Amino acid sequence: MADGVAGKDKCGEQRLVSLPLSRIRVIMKSSPEVSSINQEALVLTAKATELFVQYLATHSYRHGSGNEKKALTYSDLSNTAEHSETFQFLADILPKKILASKYLKMLKEKRGGEEENDDHDESDDELES
Amino acid sequence: MAERPEDLNLPNAVITRIIKEALPEGVNISKEARSAISRAASVFVLYATSCANNFAMKGKRKTLNASDVLSAMEEMEFQRFVTPLKEALEAYRREQKGKKEASEQKKKDKDKKTDSEEQDKSRDEDNDEDEERLEEEEQNEEEDVDN
Repeated sequence: MADGVAGKDKCGEQRLVSLPLSRIRVIMKSSPEVSSINQEALVLTAKATELFVQYLATHSYRHGSGNEKKALTYSDLSNTAEHSETFQFLADILPKKILASKYLKMLKEKRGGEEENDDHDESDDELES
Repeated sequence: MAERPEDLNLPNAVITRIIKEALPEGVNISKEARSAISRAASVFVLYATSCANNFAMKGKRKTLNASDVLSAMEEMEFQRFVTPLKEALEAYRREQKGKKEASEQKKKDKDKKTDSEEQDKSRDEDNDEDEERLEEEEQNEEEDVDN
């Protein structure tokens, strides 16, 4: 029946699709080469996107840490993007994350590891001298 | 939920619900994960659109249609989506057909009513309300029709 969440502009498709068609259309139209979109194509794209969200979530959850898990985390998703061919196209928007401290350590090691103390000291030194 | 119409993002509430329904009960989704999936979904739409558009152009058409989207899914290696999408398409077409027939029926009823209204000018107010209600129902594409 009527589902308030799914956008009031496209009633009737609410039972088939939960995502708002108006928003899906905006995203589709942002693609430069696209002139017009038939209503059926719009509905199918919205439905496909829902299937995609389900697939991405369950795949990432199952292939996550391999243990009994109580949560789906960002790194589960990022791992999926990296290791699964199907989800490769997401690799750029779901990059691996490392701690800032690790990254700074890596930088230092590159430079030959001059200082092992806080990085703040490094920049302060420059200011003082 | 703050939804900006200009946004190329999909509404958080709906995305969260879809994820929750897909995962086992009691599994939590971190905010970061949810936001990442939402972004991934937008990228998916763009990728699918671009792919579907290639098929449309191959067919020398300027309008994307249903078969372009289905072909795109195969191309993107989401063949698993094709069957459920075809089912959804059938259901959608049946629904559209049902609505069309329903609104044609309402038009017939309305015409009949209009004829009798002309005879009953003393009940003007009520008649106006009824006509407005009928028009609203047509615009809203009443869901009752399908039940």
